[in-house]
Amino acid sequence: MTTASKQAPLLQVEDLTVQFPTPDGLITVVDRVSFTLDANRVLCIVGESGSGKSVTALSLVGLVQSRGGRISAGSVRFAGEELVGRAEKSLNTVRGRDIGFIFQEPMSSLNPAFTVGDQIAEVVRRHRKASRRHAWARAVEMLDRVGIASAAQRAKDYPHHFSGGMRQRVMIALALACDPKLLIADEPTTALDVTIQARTLELLKTLQREQDMGVLFITHDLGVVADIADDVVVMYASQVVEQAPVRELFRRPQHPYTAGLLAAMPQSALENNTPLVGIPGVVPQPHRLPSGCRFHPRCAHAQPGRCTTDPIQLRLLDRGLVRCVRAEELRDPSAAQAEPAPIEGVTAQ
Amino acid sequence: MTTTSESRVPKLRVEDLEVTFDVGRGRKLHAVDGVSFHVDEGETLGLVGESGSGKSTTGMAVLRLAEPTSGRVYLGDTEVTGLRSRQLRPLRKRMQIVFQDPYSSLDPSMTIGQQLDEPLKVHTSLSKAERRARVDEALDTVKLSRRYTSRYPNEFSGGQRQRIAIARAMILDPELVVCDEPVSALDVSTQSQIVNLLLGIQEQSRTSFLFIAHDLAVVRLVSARTAVMYLGQLVETGPSARVYDAPAHPYTAALNSAIPIPDPDRQRTRDRIVLGGDQPSPLTPPSGCRFRTRCPFAMEVCAEEAPPQYPIDGGGYAACHLHTHGPQLRGASVLPLIHGDHLTTPLVSR
Ligand SMILES: Nc1ncnc2c1ncn2[C@@H]1O[C@H](COP(=O)(O)OP(=O)(O)OP(=O)(O)O)[C@@H](O)[C@H]1O
Ligand SMILES: Nc1ncnc2c1ncn2[C@@H]1O[C@H](COP(=O)(O)OP(=O)(O)OP(=O)(O)O)[C@@H](O)[C@H]1O
Ligand code: SF4
Ligand code: SF4
Ligand SMILES: [Mg+2]
Ligand SMILES: [Mg+2]
Repeated sequence: MTTASKQAPLLQVEDLTVQFPTPDGLITVVDRVSFTLDANRVLCIVGESGSGKSVTALSLVGLVQSRGGRISAGSVRFAGEELVGRAEKSLNTVRGRDIGFIFQEPMSSLNPAFTVGDQIAEVVRRHRKASRRHAWARAVEMLDRVGIASAAQRAKDYPHHFSGGMRQRVMIALALACDPKLLIADEPTTALDVTIQARTLELLKTLQREQDMGVLFITHDLGVVADIADDVVVMYASQVVEQAPVRELFRRPQHPYTAGLLAAMPQSALENNTPLVGIPGVVPQPHRLPSGCRFHPRCAHAQPGRCTTDPIQLRLLDRGLVRCVRAEELRDPSAAQAEPAPIEGVTAQ
Repeated sequence: MTTTSESRVPKLRVEDLEVTFDVGRGRKLHAVDGVSFHVDEGETLGLVGESGSGKSTTGMAVLRLAEPTSGRVYLGDTEVTGLRSRQLRPLRKRMQIVFQDPYSSLDPSMTIGQQLDEPLKVHTSLSKAERRARVDEALDTVKLSRRYTSRYPNEFSGGQRQRIAIARAMILDPELVVCDEPVSALDVSTQSQIVNLLLGIQEQSRTSFLFIAHDLAVVRLVSARTAVMYLGQLVETGPSARVYDAPAHPYTAALNSAIPIPDPDRQRTRDRIVLGGDQPSPLTPPSGCRFRTRCPFAMEVCAEEAPPQYPIDGGGYAACHLHTHGPQLRGASVLPLIHGDHLTTPLVSR
């Protein structure tokens, strides 16, 4: 590590842009995304399906190329060191040792042909140059840490011997076995039942504090964000549309999409005893993005011209960033209420 | 029933339903084990529980899409369980189902118009023009353009496909619709659109709904009553507001407290029950109360006797010994136990 790593943020992403070739032409699925994550903090990326969350996460550690994608611009610095453009071999060392990764598709990172103990021990041996015996001991210790009962015994079991919730904890053990400084977790609890999710989140929070990790946590559930995040990045149609510390984001969402997501949650309707408010329309496809503000066909506050012509820039507002030209005006509830219906040609789909 | 009013006969009655699957090597899996409930005309009953608890199997058995091992199902005066398979056909007109996955439940080779027309062709003697009008009406109901009739499912988004599936289920004006996780696969913005659509349909029709979901918040929004399922059995039922605000079974309370509140300050300071243990295998359910391996309140009696259904203040019942043993809640909510200091073991995490 260089001396710069002492002051540099744990993870600094700048203008990250990822493209995929498709039959419809080159599509940009991550569009100049920037954020910073410090050690010992939890940053959540939240957004609906297809907004670019997983591709963002995968591209941070060089895993989009193998999926046909390309980082066409931007920089990813881990503890001050640039990762974009690094050779696969050196990235491989960083992955698993300094950066743990929990994938959205759980089975893709567990090999059905090996016991879970062997899989964890193998990672420890490779990255930590530990002896076979020490690596196995570490595997058992990690399984115990994530709450697998009789860990020494269970380490000898194969992945299919575990329930979905336990498998998720095995994956956490695998990702954290080498004491990474950064954990990237892509929807680690989405496939789980709520009671198991609650327990897994508690576990992740505890481990994060104990190991002083930075965590990049990806989810589509704002409830989970409220539970775990320090800072939040909201993505819509490949772009960051809002970024703020968690309390500010929930207390006063600055972007109409964030506010819409919050109002669309059944919990919000129940808490406030109000009707459920939907967001009309659907998320646009990357090859058919609307002009102007990408959210304008669904936005109740869209104004022809101002919102529909030129791309909207992400800008600083109070303690956060927002990509909406009307953010200040919309704070005044009377202005926001006197809105006409969404502009022409737009109906609920 | 001893009441005289005919209209009090529920639209759907399920009595002691059991569904057992043969899973090889002589082992039997009791997916549904002694479940009873009813749904009144025009009412929505929510059925919640975690993965593998037997919700879908219950819904399928009601429609005879899964064969009940024992128990009875009545639709109005018809005993569904007594019918031979060829007698089931007229029943299909009266009962419909909407599945979770809007991608696989529609036929990719048929236009939307054809898929909506098909049930009308099979089950009614309407003329072509009349059927056409019914298809248009159904599309109006789910707020889709009438122009979509000539398009194929792959041209539609997940939410739109779910609208089509709902239109198809409603087109014969059925008496009962089973909705099996109709919004679980959808994004929150689309989910809210579909929930609002279902709320609108409920208001306008006399159809009864069995609404299956694992999301208690969604269930509360769409259902007047809720039934909570755990490992093949119902553990609590009651008016949704009561089940949600004053759960009388520890599992319901745990489910409730596991739904994150979208408010960081409240979410991080509230009392929560974090369940230990894992879901037991349905092949070897625990003796006595099936929830006891994860229940923070489990007592000795819980391993010995299956808890009886105890009537709860505010409606419904809970199957839990806490009402008659230990703290003897006698029909009250378990929430004070969770917040209080009645127990020696630490139960809640802050
Ligand atoms: N290998 C690929 N080839 C082409 N397009 C891709 C590929 N992988 C992802 N995409 C596209 O990139 C966009 C972003 O996908 P991504 O998986 O990052 O979304 P996401 O926000 O993680 O969604 P989800 O919540 O469904 O996981 C989508 O439009 C997707 O179709
Ligand atoms: N055809 C089948 N053969 C054997 N076992 C089955 C079959 N269908 C379901 N099961 C088992 O029955 C139990 C109940 O399954 P069911 O699908 O009804 O649960 P569920 O509550 O709908 O779960 P989910 O929330 O995951 O949809 C599970 O243990 C399941 O594995
Ligand atoms: S820029 Fe205009 S259309 Fe976009 S979110 Fe703001 S008000 Fe809505
Ligand atoms: S019967 Fe016993 S184990 Fe079951 S829920 Fe009640 S207290 Fe818990
Ligand atoms: Mg993803
Ligand atoms: Mg199911």
